[in-house]
Amino acid sequence: METLTKFDLSAVALRDVNAALHAKNLSGEFVIENPSGAHNLAVGLDAPVKITIDGHVGYYAAGMNQQAEITVNGNAGTGVAENMMSGSVWVKGNASQSAGATAHGGLLVIEGNAAARCGISMKGVDIVVGGDIGHMSAFMAQAGRLVVRGDAGEALGDSIYEARIYVRGTVTSLGADCVAKQMRPEHHEELERLLKAAGFEDDDTKAYTRYGSARALYHFHVDNASSY
Amino acid sequence: MTNWALRESATFDRPTIAAIQRAAETGIYDIRGWGAKRALPHFDDLLFLGASMSRYPLEGYRERCGTDVVLGDRNAKHPLHLDIPVTIAGMSFGALSGPAKEALGRGASEVGTSTTTGDGGMTAEERGQSKHLVYQYLPSRYGMNPDDLRKADAIEVVLGQGAKPGGGGMLLGQKISERVAGMRTLPEGVDQRSACRHPDWTGPDDLTIKIGELREITDWEKPIYVKVGATRTYYDVKLAVHAGADVVVVDGMQGGTAATQEVFIEHVGVPTLAAIPQAVQALQELGVHHKVQLIVSGGIRSGADVAKALALGADAVAIGTAALIALGDNHPRHAAEYEKLGSAAGFYDDFQDGNDPAGISTQDPELAARFDPVAGGRRLANYLRVLTMEAQTIARACGKAHVLHLEPEDLVAVSIEAAAMARVPLAGTEWIPGR
Repeated sequence: METLTKFDLSAVALRDVNAALHAKNLSGEFVIENPSGAHNLAVGLDAPVKITIDGHVGYYAAGMNQQAEITVNGNAGTGVAENMMSGSVWVKGNASQSAGATAHGGLLVIEGNAAARCGISMKGVDIVVGGDIGHMSAFMAQAGRLVVRGDAGEALGDSIYEARIYVRGTVTSLGADCVAKQMRPEHHEELERLLKAAGFEDDDTKAYTRYGSARALYHFHVDNASSY
Repeated sequence: MTNWALRESATFDRPTIAAIQRAAETGIYDIRGWGAKRALPHFDDLLFLGASMSRYPLEGYRERCGTDVVLGDRNAKHPLHLDIPVTIAGMSFGALSGPAKEALGRGASEVGTSTTTGDGGMTAEERGQSKHLVYQYLPSRYGMNPDDLRKADAIEVVLGQGAKPGGGGMLLGQKISERVAGMRTLPEGVDQRSACRHPDWTGPDDLTIKIGELREITDWEKPIYVKVGATRTYYDVKLAVHAGADVVVVDGMQGGTAATQEVFIEHVGVPTLAAIPQAVQALQELGVHHKVQLIVSGGIRSGADVAKALALGADAVAIGTAALIALGDNHPRHAAEYEKLGSAAGFYDDFQDGNDPAGISTQDPELAARFDPVAGGRRLANYLRVLTMEAQTIARACGKAHVLHLEPEDLVAVSIEAAAMARVPLAGTEWIPGR
């Protein structure tokens, strides 16, 4: 049986919690209580462990995560799971801006809404948002998939590279070089897998629209000057 | 020209006429490498007051003059202890070839100083050949991963660079080879843009938390640098210190770039000479001068420049353009090839094109193969040794047992502009303009 270790952040320093979670050959399950919006909690993990944070977290929770499965039973501040490489981060509440920024891999699920710049500069991560996302989301998104069950704000996917975005609701506006694209069978399959992984397997993938790069701005050209 | 009646316009000189003609023909701004080429008040406008009756010099070949420097001992468990106060500035693999990056590591390590990654991540060659490697944390986060972060000896959060404060980066498609594209998660051959702002923080208060995150991830082992392009340096340095920087890097407008708009390079930022006293004042007012170390870059060429930067209050300098020249950039042996590219030895700045005949600023395998990283590393080490010996020569003449003991009192200026910027007296007077 896996061991369960509890940290009470009202009694133990953040540094000590993170240091304990950086121990070599870490295994087992961990619960962090009373996070009280602490910044930089459970950052830099690199072990196949399960971590449950009971409460709200501040900036950069689970930043640069590798391997770990981290659940936040609350809301998350700016940059949750920023630059995640692998593993998963699951936010039961809402997330502030720049959720999953620059993340290279793994799965980020936000059951509630995500604020501005969700998936900014994402580099391979999969992000599933249960509600809406704010403006400038997926700005310069390079790779990975962003699924939005609600609506997207202004300038979605501005200057996007090869990431794919699926939105069920409305999009206030698309950013430069981001266009709606046809949902081919492989996209329905991909979306179905992502929704299932995030616990939304009942969604009809036909209700979603795919967005991606028109690839018109991939090379500087004077004729495109007004698009930037 | 034999007709002495011809008079060139100072306003519309030949380069200006050529720039207008080029713009009219292409409809797009000029992009180039290198740094500001315009004449600016610089270290050349300062002179040292060697010792005589009122000061006591050290014997040039006998008495020790130390050159080592410790960087980042405010918070980090493992600060950098460098043998010389001249470091290698951040230059990306992508902008530079793999062998060129390797040579920078080899040269720096041979003399016990640090080198720095760049926009695009850390290469194995670079890490392997660099005794002290500073890992840049940039807005694009290309190739950024926690494994490399943990392998680094220090982390440099980059807000800007002297050649383009307020600007992002670009790497034109010619240089986005399969390997570069793979490291940056980009399609091969695209014109790559780097953001000018970090994606997950926006102001100094956020930066405090971001620095906290980097420390937590690396268990408070590594010094955290903050690099800014020189503009509102006094305020930027204060904010960087408040945010928790262990080291502040200030890059003046003469600092180089791999690819930036000409208009940006020449018209944004302030000269290195003007930035140093502003940075030092900020550090002094916060009571952390030499506790939070100051690294200065942008136009460092000689040991005299090193000594002058240290005398004005820097703890170390960084070189970029000069390091590339030491490796072989702009060497006359490539004269014929530079001319084929429409340039000339001594003028070549088209680093963005990837056609560098010296094999340095290129991703073309054939061109890169021309460059020998072992020989290049040796040339760089030689050059770094000369810079160090020159700085020591001046320091001894000023009676200093360590190059870091040089001080503003050792300097005078030969122009009013330099006196005002550097805040040292005009030679032969007690006058510091503005004081």
